[in-house]
Amino acid sequence: MSILYFFLYLLLVTIIGLLYMGAARKITAHIQNRYGPPVYQPILDVLKLFAKKDTASHGIMHSLGPVIAYTGIAATLLFLPLGNHTPLLHFNGDLFVVLYLLVVGPLGMALGAGESANSNATIGIARALSMMLGYEIIFFMATLPVFYHYGTASIYRVIQAQGAFPDWAAILFPISFIAGLFALQGLMGEKPFELVVAPHEIASGPMVEYGGKYLGLLQIWHAVGIIVETGLFVDIFFGPQSILWFFAGTFIVFFATVIVNAVMPRFRIEQAVRFYWGLPLLLSILGILQVYIWR
Amino acid sequence: MKLFKFAQSRSLWMMHFCTGCGAVELPPTMTSRFDMERFGIIPMATPRQSDLLLITGYLTVKTLKRVVRAYEQMPTPRYVIGFGSCTINGGMYWDSYNVIKKLELYIPVDLYINGCMPRPEAIIDAFLKLREMIDKGEANAWKKYIENYEWYKKNQAEVFDVEKWSLKK
Repeated sequence: MSILYFFLYLLLVTIIGLLYMGAARKITAHIQNRYGPPVYQPILDVLKLFAKKDTASHGIMHSLGPVIAYTGIAATLLFLPLGNHTPLLHFNGDLFVVLYLLVVGPLGMALGAGESANSNATIGIARALSMMLGYEIIFFMATLPVFYHYGTASIYRVIQAQGAFPDWAAILFPISFIAGLFALQGLMGEKPFELVVAPHEIASGPMVEYGGKYLGLLQIWHAVGIIVETGLFVDIFFGPQSILWFFAGTFIVFFATVIVNAVMPRFRIEQAVRFYWGLPLLLSILGILQVYIWR
Repeated sequence: MKLFKFAQSRSLWMMHFCTGCGAVELPPTMTSRFDMERFGIIPMATPRQSDLLLITGYLTVKTLKRVVRAYEQMPTPRYVIGFGSCTINGGMYWDSYNVIKKLELYIPVDLYINGCMPRPEAIIDAFLKLREMIDKGEANAWKKYIENYEWYKKNQAEVFDVEKWSLKK
């Protein structure tokens, strides 16, 4: 029964994630003074990709790469509470499991793209793994004060420990919240940290040799990834919400990243990592100092 | 299956093979002035990801090799639009020694846009026409390439220097 429940949950999150991608394209279009595609356009794209008749594969690992990536992000959903709704699994320390599972996606892509032996794919993967040195550290250090303050490493318990509006972690730890927003922009791979994909520069990086069904799988991986990443952020910083308010919160956070994405150029890889080790790192250290002094 | 057909005609990912002058007419079509993204058409980076190949302008023998290779990498169903007079009859290069005159002999073409160069309005019109053709099931040029593969390969080998490029191997 819980397996059926999980698949329904996965389907729901996939469709909502695809609609978020459509909304992002619509918002970007309006910023650029055009109409843009309909909001359901990414769903049509995915259906079209799965309707492709033949798809070139460069070997077993190349075919399995997108599957590993999608499985990794789907497994993260097991631990992700949608607001005050209980997740399928929760225990003390599941935050670390989620942080590890978030790496499975880029790793699956690295394994798959590596077998295609395309130099653009290799550059994209190298950039993706170097970028992690930037945003992963900041993201972890920004969420650390919250978990330290509530004395648990379970996402579910952290949510339950927070109260209604004035008791949010975002209000208690504003400095960490801002550092977390910086990390989220890199985690989502939006501009100015879009250098993994960079279509004009390295021809969409790791995806360069993927087409048809594999690309469709990578699209829905990205869609679920949007919900997981913004959802984790909303869960940790905005406390218990009803499911509708949870999705409203994720959409607001996503909206902020899309607006930054629409008006920003792209960093080079060393600029991006250096940026993360500057102001965001300082902010996250200040956040940790705050919780240390407070206790 | 009707849903898949609907998705195929509403979502066309395009690779534009800009050999020269056509590159000037496409940016206005993509950006705010004419906005082709409202029809679900966006430019993609590689042939493996795209459904629609846009050949803009003349093709020399050297670029034709790249076009054939890009075309064969695209997953089926795939569509080709010949863009401008040069792809129809050579255009202003009708007597050039190293420009091919008829694109149709080397890869199958679904649709031509004539003019030198066609305006963005004409390009949008062609995209809508292609969408109509996919809806009706008429855009089947990619099947022709599979059925008449020998014939297309023979035509390609005639213009390529076979000895030099060792295409027969």
